[in-house]
Amino acid sequence: MTGFWLIVRRDIVMAWRQGGDGLMAIMFFLITVTLFPLGVGPESGILARIGPAVVWVAALLATLLSLERMFQTDFEDGSLDLMAITPLPLEAVVLAKCLANWLLTGAPLLLAAPVLAMMLHMDREGLAVFVTAMALGTPSLVFIGAIGAALTVGAHRGGVLLTLLVLPLYIPVLIFGVGAVEAAVTGQSAQPHLLVLGGLLLGTLPLGLWASTAALRQALE
Amino acid sequence: MHRFANPNRFLRIAAVVLPWSAALTVALLGLGLYLALLVSPADYQQGESVRIMYIHVPAAWMALFIYSCLAAASAVALIWKHPLADLAAKASAPIGACFTFIALATGSIWGKPMWGDWWVWDARLTSVLILFFFYMGHMALTSAFEDASRGERAASILALVGMVNIPVVKWSVDWWNTLHQPASIVRMDGPAIHASMLAPLLVMAAAFTAYYVTVLILRLRGEILARKIGSLRLTRIQDRQEESGPHMREV
Repeated sequence: MTGFWLIVRRDIVMAWRQGGDGLMAIMFFLITVTLFPLGVGPESGILARIGPAVVWVAALLATLLSLERMFQTDFEDGSLDLMAITPLPLEAVVLAKCLANWLLTGAPLLLAAPVLAMMLHMDREGLAVFVTAMALGTPSLVFIGAIGAALTVGAHRGGVLLTLLVLPLYIPVLIFGVGAVEAAVTGQSAQPHLLVLGGLLLGTLPLGLWASTAALRQALE
Repeated sequence: MHRFANPNRFLRIAAVVLPWSAALTVALLGLGLYLALLVSPADYQQGESVRIMYIHVPAAWMALFIYSCLAAASAVALIWKHPLADLAAKASAPIGACFTFIALATGSIWGKPMWGDWWVWDARLTSVLILFFFYMGHMALTSAFEDASRGERAASILALVGMVNIPVVKWSVDWWNTLHQPASIVRMDGPAIHASMLAPLLVMAAAFTAYYVTVLILRLRGEILARKIGSLRLTRIQDRQEESGPHMREV
Protein backbone atom coordinates (compact mmCIF):
# COMPACT_ATOMS: atom_id res chain seq x y z
CA MET A 1 0.00 0.00 0.00
CA THR A 2 2.99 2.33 0.42
CA GLY A 3 3.24 2.94 -3.33
CA PHE A 4 -0.36 4.10 -3.29
CA TRP A 5 0.22 6.71 -0.58
CA LEU A 6 3.50 7.79 -2.17
CA ILE A 7 1.62 8.70 -5.36
CA VAL A 8 -1.03 10.57 -3.37
CA ARG A 9 1.63 12.49 -1.47
CA ARG A 10 3.67 13.18 -4.62
CA ASP A 11 0.68 14.65 -6.45
CA ILE A 12 -0.28 16.86 -3.52
CA VAL A 13 3.27 18.07 -2.91
CA MET A 14 3.79 18.81 -6.61
CA ALA A 15 0.52 20.70 -6.91
CA TRP A 16 1.37 22.66 -3.77
CA ARG A 17 4.86 23.62 -4.95
CA GLN A 18 3.66 24.62 -8.41
CA GLY A 19 1.33 27.23 -6.99
CA GLY A 20 -1.56 24.86 -6.57
CA ASP A 21 -4.27 23.60 -8.90
CA GLY A 22 -6.44 23.42 -5.80
CA LEU A 23 -6.03 27.13 -5.14
CA MET A 24 -6.92 27.93 -8.75
CA ALA A 25 -10.03 25.76 -8.61
CA ILE A 26 -11.28 27.39 -5.44
CA MET A 27 -10.61 30.93 -6.71
CA PHE A 28 -12.48 30.08 -9.90
CA PHE A 29 -15.33 28.67 -7.82
CA LEU A 30 -15.58 31.81 -5.66
CA ILE A 31 -15.43 34.23 -8.58
CA THR A 32 -17.99 32.33 -10.67
CA VAL A 33 -20.48 32.21 -7.81
CA THR A 34 -19.87 35.91 -7.07
CA LEU A 35 -20.86 36.80 -10.62
CA PHE A 36 -24.41 35.52 -10.17
CA PRO A 37 -25.66 37.95 -7.51
CA LEU A 38 -24.12 40.75 -9.58
CA GLY A 39 -25.83 39.52 -12.74
CA VAL A 40 -29.20 38.45 -11.33
CA GLY A 41 -29.45 41.21 -8.73
CA PRO A 42 -29.08 41.09 -4.94
CA GLU A 43 -32.72 40.20 -4.17
CA SER A 44 -32.52 37.49 -1.49
CA GLY A 45 -35.63 35.56 -2.62
CA ILE A 46 -34.30 34.93 -6.12
CA LEU A 47 -30.81 34.14 -4.84
CA ALA A 48 -32.14 31.62 -2.32
CA ARG A 49 -34.14 30.00 -5.15
CA ILE A 50 -31.27 29.65 -7.63
CA GLY A 51 -28.48 29.37 -5.01
CA PRO A 52 -28.07 25.57 -4.86
CA ALA A 53 -28.01 25.28 -8.64
CA VAL A 54 -25.49 28.12 -9.01
CA VAL A 55 -23.10 26.65 -6.45
CA TRP A 56 -23.38 23.17 -7.96
CA VAL A 57 -22.78 24.37 -11.52
CA ALA A 58 -19.78 26.43 -10.37
CA ALA A 59 -18.44 23.37 -8.53
CA LEU A 60 -18.79 21.20 -11.67
CA LEU A 61 -16.88 23.75 -13.73
CA ALA A 62 -14.22 24.19 -11.04
CA THR A 63 -13.47 20.46 -10.95
CA LEU A 64 -13.01 20.51 -14.74
CA LEU A 65 -10.05 22.92 -14.42
CA SER A 66 -7.61 20.53 -12.81
CA LEU A 67 -8.68 17.46 -14.82
CA GLU A 68 -6.71 18.36 -17.91
CA ARG A 69 -3.45 18.09 -15.97
CA MET A 70 -4.44 14.96 -14.05
CA PHE A 71 -2.59 12.55 -16.38
CA GLN A 72 -1.29 14.83 -19.14
CA THR A 73 1.84 16.19 -17.40
CA ASP A 74 2.79 12.75 -16.08
CA PHE A 75 2.27 11.32 -19.57
CA GLU A 76 4.50 13.98 -21.13
CA ASP A 77 7.43 13.66 -18.72
CA GLY A 78 7.26 9.86 -18.67
CA SER A 79 6.36 9.37 -15.00
CA LEU A 80 3.14 7.66 -16.06
CA ASP A 81 5.20 4.97 -17.83
CA LEU A 82 7.14 4.41 -14.62
CA MET A 83 3.97 4.21 -12.53
CA ALA A 84 2.56 1.67 -14.99
CA ILE A 85 5.53 -0.70 -14.53
CA THR A 86 5.52 -0.59 -10.72
CA PRO A 87 4.08 -3.68 -8.96
CA LEU A 88 1.07 -1.53 -8.07
CA PRO A 89 -1.86 -2.26 -10.45
CA LEU A 90 -2.63 0.65 -12.77
CA GLU A 91 -6.14 0.79 -11.27
CA ALA A 92 -4.60 1.60 -7.88
CA VAL A 93 -2.41 4.28 -9.47
CA VAL A 94 -5.53 5.85 -10.99
CA LEU A 95 -7.35 5.61 -7.65
CA ALA A 96 -4.40 7.34 -5.93
CA LYS A 97 -4.43 10.12 -8.49
CA CYS A 98 -8.20 10.50 -8.11
CA LEU A 99 -7.84 10.70 -4.34
CA ALA A 100 -5.11 13.33 -4.64
CA ASN A 101 -7.21 15.28 -7.14
CA TRP A 102 -10.21 15.19 -4.81
CA LEU A 103 -8.11 16.33 -1.83
CA LEU A 104 -6.77 19.21 -3.92
CA THR A 105 -10.01 20.38 -5.54
CA GLY A 106 -13.06 18.60 -4.10
CA ALA A 107 -12.22 19.06 -0.43
CA PRO A 108 -11.50 22.83 -0.67
CA LEU A 109 -14.79 23.28 -2.56
CA LEU A 110 -16.53 21.46 0.27
CA LEU A 111 -15.06 23.94 2.76
CA ALA A 112 -15.92 26.99 0.66
CA ALA A 113 -19.42 25.86 -0.33
CA PRO A 114 -21.19 26.57 3.01
CA VAL A 115 -19.80 30.13 3.06
CA LEU A 116 -21.03 30.73 -0.47
CA ALA A 117 -24.37 29.12 0.33
CA MET A 118 -24.86 31.54 3.21
CA MET A 119 -23.92 34.46 0.98
CA LEU A 120 -26.71 33.29 -1.35
CA HIS A 121 -29.19 33.19 1.59
CA MET A 122 -29.67 29.44 1.67
CA ASP A 123 -31.56 28.48 4.85
CA ARG A 124 -30.11 26.40 7.66
CA GLU A 125 -31.77 23.02 6.97
CA GLY A 126 -30.72 23.30 3.38
CA LEU A 127 -27.12 23.97 4.39
CA ALA A 128 -26.48 20.64 6.16
CA VAL A 129 -28.03 18.68 3.29
CA PHE A 130 -26.09 20.76 0.80
CA VAL A 131 -22.73 19.94 2.40
CA THR A 132 -23.64 16.24 2.62
CA ALA A 133 -24.68 16.24 -1.04
CA MET A 134 -21.42 17.95 -2.02
CA ALA A 135 -19.42 15.42 0.01
CA LEU A 136 -21.15 12.55 -1.82
CA GLY A 137 -21.17 14.21 -5.23
CA THR A 138 -17.67 15.66 -5.65
CA PRO A 139 -15.85 12.26 -5.53
CA SER A 140 -18.19 11.05 -8.30
CA LEU A 141 -17.19 14.09 -10.33
CA VAL A 142 -13.52 13.17 -9.92
CA PHE A 143 -14.09 9.53 -11.00
CA ILE A 144 -16.14 10.62 -14.04
CA GLY A 145 -13.59 13.31 -14.83
CA ALA A 146 -10.73 10.78 -14.68
CA ILE A 147 -12.34 8.95 -17.63
CA GLY A 148 -12.28 12.11 -19.73
CA ALA A 149 -8.76 13.02 -18.56
CA ALA A 150 -7.42 9.56 -19.46
CA LEU A 151 -9.20 9.46 -22.83
CA THR A 152 -7.81 12.83 -23.92
CA VAL A 153 -4.19 12.15 -22.89
CA GLY A 154 -2.09 13.23 -25.86
CA ALA A 155 -5.01 14.75 -27.81
CA HIS A 156 -5.03 18.07 -29.64
CA ARG A 157 -6.98 20.74 -27.74
CA GLY A 158 -7.46 18.22 -24.94
CA GLY A 159 -9.04 20.74 -22.58
CA VAL A 160 -12.02 21.68 -24.73
CA LEU A 161 -12.56 18.06 -25.76
CA LEU A 162 -12.44 17.00 -22.11
CA THR A 163 -15.25 19.44 -21.32
CA LEU A 164 -17.37 18.04 -24.16
CA LEU A 165 -16.86 14.46 -22.98
CA VAL A 166 -17.25 14.96 -19.24
CA LEU A 167 -20.05 17.50 -18.79
CA PRO A 168 -22.86 15.26 -20.16
CA LEU A 169 -21.81 12.59 -17.65
CA TYR A 170 -21.88 15.16 -14.82
CA ILE A 171 -25.60 15.84 -15.33
CA PRO A 172 -27.01 13.16 -12.96
CA VAL A 173 -24.84 14.42 -10.09
CA LEU A 174 -26.06 17.96 -10.76
CA ILE A 175 -29.73 16.91 -10.89
CA PHE A 176 -29.69 14.92 -7.65
CA GLY A 177 -27.33 17.32 -5.88
CA VAL A 178 -29.66 20.25 -6.50
CA GLY A 179 -32.70 18.04 -5.90
CA ALA A 180 -31.48 17.14 -2.39
CA VAL A 181 -31.15 20.79 -1.38
CA GLU A 182 -34.48 21.78 -2.90
CA ALA A 183 -36.21 18.92 -1.10
CA ALA A 184 -34.68 20.03 2.21
CA VAL A 185 -35.61 23.69 1.66
CA THR A 186 -39.22 22.86 0.75
CA GLY A 187 -39.58 20.63 3.83
CA GLN A 188 -39.52 17.25 2.06
CA SER A 189 -37.13 14.42 2.82
CA ALA A 190 -33.74 14.83 1.15
CA GLN A 191 -32.89 11.20 1.83
CA PRO A 192 -33.89 9.70 -1.56
CA HIS A 193 -31.71 12.23 -3.38
CA LEU A 194 -28.78 11.62 -1.06
CA LEU A 195 -29.16 7.85 -1.47
CA VAL A 196 -29.10 8.25 -5.26
CA LEU A 197 -25.96 10.40 -4.94
CA GLY A 198 -24.39 7.65 -2.83
CA GLY A 199 -25.42 5.11 -5.45
CA LEU A 200 -23.88 7.24 -8.18
CA LEU A 201 -20.65 7.33 -6.20
CA LEU A 202 -20.67 3.53 -5.85
CA GLY A 203 -21.32 3.22 -9.59
CA THR A 204 -18.80 5.79 -10.81
CA LEU A 205 -16.01 4.37 -8.63
CA PRO A 206 -15.64 1.06 -10.53
CA LEU A 207 -16.78 2.48 -13.89
CA GLY A 208 -14.39 5.44 -13.66
CA LEU A 209 -11.44 3.32 -12.58
CA TRP A 210 -12.07 0.66 -15.23
CA ALA A 211 -12.57 3.10 -18.09
CA SER A 212 -9.73 5.46 -17.21
CA THR A 213 -7.29 2.60 -16.64
CA ALA A 214 -8.24 1.05 -19.99
CA ALA A 215 -7.77 4.44 -21.68
CA LEU A 216 -4.38 4.97 -20.03
CA ARG A 217 -3.20 1.50 -21.09
CA GLN A 218 -4.04 2.44 -24.68
CA ALA A 219 -2.24 5.77 -24.37
CA LEU A 220 0.87 4.02 -23.03
CA GLU A 221 0.90 1.26 -25.69
CA MET B 1 -18.13 -13.16 -36.88
CA HIS B 2 -14.37 -13.42 -37.27
CA ARG B 3 -14.83 -14.52 -40.88
CA PHE B 4 -15.86 -10.95 -41.65
CA ALA B 5 -12.76 -9.47 -40.05
CA ASN B 6 -10.90 -9.60 -43.34
CA PRO B 7 -11.45 -6.26 -45.09
CA ASN B 8 -11.19 -7.81 -48.57
CA ARG B 9 -13.85 -10.38 -47.78
CA PHE B 10 -15.99 -7.60 -46.37
CA LEU B 11 -15.57 -5.57 -49.57
CA ARG B 12 -16.73 -8.56 -51.65
CA ILE B 13 -19.79 -9.13 -49.45
CA ALA B 14 -20.52 -5.39 -49.39
CA ALA B 15 -20.49 -5.25 -53.19
CA VAL B 16 -23.24 -7.92 -53.23
CA VAL B 17 -25.34 -6.45 -50.40
CA LEU B 18 -25.14 -2.79 -51.38
CA PRO B 19 -27.44 -2.76 -54.48
CA TRP B 20 -30.07 -4.78 -52.59
CA SER B 21 -30.03 -2.62 -49.49
CA ALA B 22 -30.09 0.55 -51.59
CA ALA B 23 -33.05 -0.73 -53.60
CA LEU B 24 -34.80 -1.83 -50.40
CA THR B 25 -34.27 1.63 -48.89
CA VAL B 26 -35.84 3.38 -51.88
CA ALA B 27 -38.74 0.92 -52.11
CA LEU B 28 -39.55 0.95 -48.38
CA LEU B 29 -39.15 4.71 -48.11
CA GLY B 30 -41.52 5.20 -51.06
CA LEU B 31 -44.08 2.78 -49.64
CA GLY B 32 -43.70 4.14 -46.12
CA LEU B 33 -44.15 7.77 -47.15
CA TYR B 34 -47.15 6.84 -49.32
CA LEU B 35 -48.79 5.01 -46.40
CA ALA B 36 -47.83 7.71 -43.89
CA LEU B 37 -48.81 10.77 -45.87
CA LEU B 38 -51.78 9.56 -47.96
CA VAL B 39 -53.28 6.30 -46.65
CA SER B 40 -53.10 6.60 -42.87
CA PRO B 41 -55.87 8.60 -41.19
CA ALA B 42 -55.41 11.98 -39.52
CA ASP B 43 -55.60 11.85 -35.73
CA TYR B 44 -58.93 12.92 -34.20
CA GLN B 45 -57.10 15.15 -31.72
CA GLN B 46 -53.87 16.12 -33.42
CA GLY B 47 -55.15 16.38 -36.99
CA GLU B 48 -52.67 16.21 -39.83
CA SER B 49 -49.67 17.01 -37.63
CA VAL B 50 -49.72 13.43 -36.34
CA ARG B 51 -47.93 12.53 -39.58
CA ILE B 52 -44.72 13.97 -38.10
CA MET B 53 -44.73 10.81 -36.00
CA TYR B 54 -43.82 8.65 -39.02
CA ILE B 55 -40.44 10.42 -39.23
CA HIS B 56 -39.96 11.27 -35.56
CA VAL B 57 -40.49 7.88 -33.95
CA PRO B 58 -38.40 5.77 -36.38
CA ALA B 59 -35.61 8.38 -36.23
CA ALA B 60 -35.62 8.19 -32.42
CA TRP B 61 -35.53 4.37 -32.59
CA MET B 62 -32.61 4.56 -34.99
CA ALA B 63 -30.78 6.99 -32.69
CA LEU B 64 -30.89 4.38 -29.92
CA PHE B 65 -30.32 1.40 -32.24
CA ILE B 66 -27.26 2.94 -33.90
CA TYR B 67 -25.75 3.90 -30.56
CA SER B 68 -26.20 0.31 -29.39
CA CYS B 69 -24.56 -0.92 -32.63
CA LEU B 70 -21.75 1.57 -32.09
CA ALA B 71 -21.21 0.36 -28.52
CA ALA B 72 -21.35 -3.30 -29.62
CA ALA B 73 -18.79 -2.61 -32.37
CA SER B 74 -16.62 -0.80 -29.82
CA ALA B 75 -16.79 -3.74 -27.41
CA VAL B 76 -15.81 -6.12 -30.25
CA ALA B 77 -12.96 -3.78 -31.18
CA LEU B 78 -11.70 -3.66 -27.59
CA ILE B 79 -12.03 -7.38 -26.90
CA TRP B 80 -10.92 -9.00 -30.18
CA LYS B 81 -9.05 -6.07 -31.81
CA HIS B 82 -11.28 -6.67 -34.81
CA PRO B 83 -9.94 -4.39 -37.60
CA LEU B 84 -13.37 -3.64 -39.06
CA ALA B 85 -15.15 -3.04 -35.76
CA ASP B 86 -13.25 0.19 -35.09
CA LEU B 87 -14.13 1.41 -38.56
CA ALA B 88 -17.77 0.35 -38.14
CA ALA B 89 -18.02 2.37 -34.91
CA LYS B 90 -16.37 5.36 -36.55
CA ALA B 91 -18.66 5.12 -39.60
CA SER B 92 -21.82 4.71 -37.47
CA ALA B 93 -21.35 7.79 -35.30
CA PRO B 94 -22.23 10.50 -37.87
CA ILE B 95 -25.27 8.52 -39.09
CA GLY B 96 -26.53 8.11 -35.53
CA ALA B 97 -25.90 11.78 -34.79
CA CYS B 98 -27.99 12.73 -37.84
CA PHE B 99 -30.89 10.50 -36.76
CA THR B 100 -30.70 11.95 -33.23
CA PHE B 101 -30.76 15.44 -34.68
CA ILE B 102 -33.76 14.53 -36.89
CA ALA B 103 -35.58 13.09 -33.86
CA LEU B 104 -34.92 16.26 -31.84
CA ALA B 105 -35.83 18.62 -34.70
CA THR B 106 -39.04 16.84 -35.70
CA GLY B 107 -39.95 16.51 -32.04
CA SER B 108 -39.52 20.23 -31.66
CA ILE B 109 -41.67 20.94 -34.73
CA TRP B 110 -44.31 18.54 -33.41
CA GLY B 111 -44.09 19.97 -29.89
CA LYS B 112 -44.85 23.53 -30.96
CA PRO B 113 -48.50 22.88 -32.00
CA MET B 114 -49.09 20.09 -29.43
CA TRP B 115 -47.42 21.37 -26.26
CA GLY B 116 -47.28 25.04 -27.23
CA ASP B 117 -43.51 25.24 -27.06
CA TRP B 118 -40.48 24.31 -29.16
CA TRP B 119 -38.67 22.75 -26.24
CA VAL B 120 -39.54 21.54 -22.75
CA TRP B 121 -37.01 20.33 -20.17
CA ASP B 122 -38.55 16.93 -19.98
CA ALA B 123 -36.60 13.78 -19.06
CA ARG B 124 -37.02 12.16 -22.49
CA LEU B 125 -35.98 15.27 -24.42
CA THR B 126 -33.04 15.99 -22.15
CA SER B 127 -31.74 12.41 -22.26
CA VAL B 128 -31.95 12.38 -26.08
CA LEU B 129 -30.08 15.70 -26.15
CA ILE B 130 -27.38 14.07 -23.99
CA LEU B 131 -27.30 11.16 -26.46
CA PHE B 132 -26.63 13.74 -29.17
CA PHE B 133 -23.76 15.15 -27.09
CA PHE B 134 -22.32 11.63 -26.74
CA TYR B 135 -22.36 11.20 -30.53
CA MET B 136 -20.63 14.59 -30.87
CA GLY B 137 -18.05 13.69 -28.22
CA HIS B 138 -17.42 10.35 -29.90
CA MET B 139 -16.80 12.03 -33.26
CA ALA B 140 -14.58 14.71 -31.71
CA LEU B 141 -12.52 12.17 -29.76
CA THR B 142 -12.08 9.92 -32.83
CA SER B 143 -10.47 12.77 -34.76
CA ALA B 144 -8.52 14.33 -31.87
CA PHE B 145 -5.28 12.36 -32.24
CA GLU B 146 -2.52 12.39 -34.83
CA ASP B 147 -2.51 8.59 -34.71
CA ALA B 148 -5.95 7.66 -36.06
CA SER B 149 -6.04 4.24 -34.40
CA ARG B 150 -5.42 5.80 -30.97
CA GLY B 151 -8.48 8.03 -31.48
CA GLU B 152 -10.60 5.05 -32.51
CA ARG B 153 -9.58 3.05 -29.44
CA ALA B 154 -10.19 5.98 -27.07
CA ALA B 155 -13.60 6.56 -28.68
CA SER B 156 -14.53 2.91 -28.21
CA ILE B 157 -14.09 3.26 -24.43
CA LEU B 158 -16.18 6.42 -24.49
CA ALA B 159 -18.88 4.58 -26.46
CA LEU B 160 -19.09 1.90 -23.76
CA VAL B 161 -19.24 4.51 -20.98
CA GLY B 162 -22.00 6.31 -22.90
CA MET B 163 -24.13 3.14 -22.83
CA VAL B 164 -25.30 4.20 -19.33
CA ASN B 165 -27.45 6.79 -21.08
CA ILE B 166 -29.33 4.31 -23.30
CA PRO B 167 -31.57 2.78 -20.59
CA VAL B 168 -32.18 6.30 -19.28
CA VAL B 169 -33.48 7.38 -22.69
CA LYS B 170 -35.55 4.22 -23.09
CA TRP B 171 -37.26 4.28 -19.70
CA SER B 172 -37.21 8.03 -18.99
CA VAL B 173 -40.92 8.21 -19.82
CA ASP B 174 -41.69 5.51 -17.23
CA TRP B 175 -39.34 6.65 -14.45
CA TRP B 176 -40.38 10.29 -14.48
CA ASN B 177 -43.70 12.03 -15.05
CA THR B 178 -43.06 13.56 -18.41
CA LEU B 179 -44.92 15.55 -20.99
CA HIS B 180 -43.61 13.13 -23.60
CA GLN B 181 -46.03 10.23 -23.97
CA PRO B 182 -44.98 6.77 -22.74
CA ALA B 183 -44.11 3.90 -25.07
CA SER B 184 -47.09 2.81 -27.13
CA ILE B 185 -45.62 0.22 -29.52
CA VAL B 186 -43.40 -2.14 -27.53
CA ARG B 187 -45.61 -3.01 -24.56
CA MET B 188 -46.50 -6.15 -22.68
CA ASP B 189 -50.19 -5.89 -23.63
CA GLY B 190 -49.60 -5.22 -27.32
CA PRO B 191 -49.28 -1.92 -29.16
CA ALA B 192 -51.69 0.83 -28.10
CA ILE B 193 -51.93 2.21 -31.59
CA HIS B 194 -54.29 1.37 -34.43
CA ALA B 195 -53.05 -0.89 -37.24
CA SER B 196 -53.59 1.85 -39.84
CA MET B 197 -50.98 3.95 -38.05
CA LEU B 198 -48.74 1.08 -36.96
CA ALA B 199 -48.16 -0.23 -40.49
CA PRO B 200 -46.61 2.95 -41.94
CA LEU B 201 -44.59 3.39 -38.76
CA LEU B 202 -43.05 -0.07 -39.05
CA VAL B 203 -42.44 0.34 -42.80
CA MET B 204 -40.67 3.64 -42.14
CA ALA B 205 -38.59 2.03 -39.38
CA ALA B 206 -37.57 -0.74 -41.79
CA ALA B 207 -36.75 1.87 -44.45
CA PHE B 208 -34.54 3.79 -41.99
CA THR B 209 -32.76 0.57 -40.98
CA ALA B 210 -32.12 -0.31 -44.64
CA TYR B 211 -30.85 3.24 -45.14
CA TYR B 212 -28.47 2.79 -42.19
CA VAL B 213 -27.12 -0.47 -43.64
CA THR B 214 -26.62 1.17 -47.05
CA VAL B 215 -24.85 4.26 -45.73
CA LEU B 216 -22.80 2.19 -43.28
CA ILE B 217 -21.53 0.00 -46.14
CA LEU B 218 -20.70 3.08 -48.23
CA ARG B 219 -18.87 4.77 -45.36
CA LEU B 220 -17.03 1.59 -44.35
CA ARG B 221 -15.94 1.03 -47.94
CA GLY B 222 -14.68 4.61 -48.07
CA GLU B 223 -12.76 4.15 -44.80
CA ILE B 224 -11.13 0.91 -45.97
CA LEU B 225 -10.13 2.43 -49.32
CA ALA B 226 -8.83 5.59 -47.62
CA ARG B 227 -6.68 3.44 -45.36
CA LYS B 228 -5.37 1.45 -48.33
CA ILE B 229 -4.48 4.66 -50.19
CA GLY B 230 -2.78 5.94 -47.04
CA SER B 231 -0.57 2.86 -46.71
CA LEU B 232 0.19 2.85 -50.48
CA ARG B 233 1.34 6.46 -50.26
CA LEU B 234 3.47 5.66 -47.24
CA THR B 235 5.25 2.78 -48.99
CA ARG B 236 5.76 4.94 -52.08
CA ILE B 237 7.40 7.66 -49.97
CA GLN B 238 9.57 5.05 -48.29
CA ASP B 239 10.60 3.58 -51.68
CA ARG B 240 11.46 7.00 -52.98
CA GLN B 241 13.53 7.77 -49.89
CA GLU B 242 15.43 4.50 -50.32
CA GLU B 243 16.17 5.33 -53.97
CA SER B 244 17.40 8.83 -53.26
CA GLY B 245 18.62 7.98 -49.78
CA PRO B 246 22.43 8.20 -50.15
CA HIS B 247 22.10 11.22 -52.40
CA MET B 248 19.93 13.03 -49.88
CA ARG B 249 22.39 12.36 -47.12
CA GLU B 250 25.20 13.99 -49.10
CA VAL B 251 23.15 17.15 -49.48
